[in-house]
Amino acid sequence: MKTALWVVAWVVLAPFIGGLLAGVDRIITARMQSRVGPPVLQPFYDVLKLFGKRGNVVNAFQNFYMICFLVFVIVTGCLFFSGGDLLLTIFALAVAGVFFVLGAFSPNSPYSNIGAERELLQMMSYEPVLIIMAVGMFMVTKSWHVDAIAGFHQLLFAYLPGVFVAFLFVLTIKLRKSPFDLSMSHHGHQELVKGATTEFSGPALAVIEIAHWYENILLMGFVYLFFACNWIAAIAAVMVTYFIEIFIDNTFARLTWRFTVKSSWIVAGVFGVVNIFCVAFLIK
Amino acid sequence: MSFLKKSPWIIHYDGSSCNGCDIEVLACLTPLYDIERFGIINTGNPKHADVFLITGSINEQNADVVRTIYNQMPDPKVVAAIGICATSGGIFRECYNVKGGVDSTIPVDIYIPGCAVRPEAIIDGVVAALGVLEKKAAALASMKASA
Repeated sequence: MKTALWVVAWVVLAPFIGGLLAGVDRIITARMQSRVGPPVLQPFYDVLKLFGKRGNVVNAFQNFYMICFLVFVIVTGCLFFSGGDLLLTIFALAVAGVFFVLGAFSPNSPYSNIGAERELLQMMSYEPVLIIMAVGMFMVTKSWHVDAIAGFHQLLFAYLPGVFVAFLFVLTIKLRKSPFDLSMSHHGHQELVKGATTEFSGPALAVIEIAHWYENILLMGFVYLFFACNWIAAIAAVMVTYFIEIFIDNTFARLTWRFTVKSSWIVAGVFGVVNIFCVAFLIK
Repeated sequence: MSFLKKSPWIIHYDGSSCNGCDIEVLACLTPLYDIERFGIINTGNPKHADVFLITGSINEQNADVVRTIYNQMPDPKVVAAIGICATSGGIFRECYNVKGGVDSTIPVDIYIPGCAVRPEAIIDGVVAALGVLEKKAAALASMKASA
C-alpha cells in the first residue's frame, strides 16, 4: 500500500515539484545576475503555452520518440520510488536517454544531430559514475534495493563521500547546466541554437520539458539516498546541492565534449573508484 | 489561451540594420530592463518563437531568409518591425538593393518606429504585439473547432 502511494505521489506530484524547482532556479539565477527574474510559476506558463501552439513536424516519428522518453522517465521513477532495484533504475534511465537521442537524430537537422551526438558523449561521461554509485551503496548496505538503502540506519554519505563528489560532478551534466550543457542548453543563442531540441516545437517541446522536470526530481532522489537516515538533513542536503548546481551554472562557461568526457572519467576514477576500494577494505 | 501572454518567446533577426536597433533589443535583456520578468525569452530558434522581431530594411539578399524564418515559426505568431528602417526602409528606402520595410516580404502586425528605438518603445511594442497574438490564437482555436 505504501509502495503504491509512493508511485502515485511520484507520477502526480513530481512534475509540480519539478516545475516549481525550475521556477525557483530561474529566480535565483536572475538574482545572481542582478535581475528580478520571472514569476515562480513561469515554467508552467511556458509549458501550458506550448501545448496551445501548433507543432511543426519534420519527421513523422520525432514526437513519438519524445513521448517514449517521457514514459520511460516516469517508469524509471516508478521503479525508484517503489523501492525497486537501484541498478535497474539506472539502466531504465539510460533507456529513456536513448529515446531522447533517437528523437534528436530523427529530424536530420545538423543542429539536432550534433546535439544528439553530444548527448551520447554525455551519457558515456555520466554512466560510469551512476554505476559506481549503485555499487558503493550496495557494498555499504548489502542491498541493491532502494527501500533497503533508504532504510539503512547509518549516514551513507559518511561511507561514500568520494562517490558523492563524483556524483555531484555528473549531476551538472544530467541537470543540463553549464559548463556541461553541451547537447541542449536552457538558453538559446548558442553555437548549436537549442541543440537536440532545435527541431521540436509546440506540444512536443512541452513533453520534453515535463520529462526534464521528472528527471530532475529523480536525480534529487539519488541525492536524498546519500543522507536518507535523517529525512530533514536529507531534504536540506538536496536543497544545498541544487543551489550549488545553480551557482556552478552561473559561474562557468561551457566546456568542450573532450574535456567533459575526460574530466568526468578522471573524477569517477579518483573519487569514486578510490572510495569504493576504501569501503571494500574497511567493511568486511 | 491566456498563457501566450505570459510567456512570449522571441526570435530576433537583423535585416540590414546599422546595429543601433539591435543593441537596443539586446539592451532589453540586460539587468536594467530585464524583460525576462514578463516571461520573455530570446530563443534564437524560429521553431520555439512566438514573436519575430526584425530590425533593418529588407534587401534582395535577406528576403528569402526572413521568409524562411517566418514560415518555420509555428502558429500563432506575430511579427514586429523595429526601427524606422524595418517599418518603411528609412533612409535606405531608395537604395538599389533595398526592397523596403519588412512588410514588403512578410505580413507585419506591429510597427515600432524610431532611430534608434528606445528599449521602452520596444517593450511597449512587444506588449501591443501580445494583444494581436491573443486574437490570432482565438482565431486559430475557432478555426480548429469549426474544422
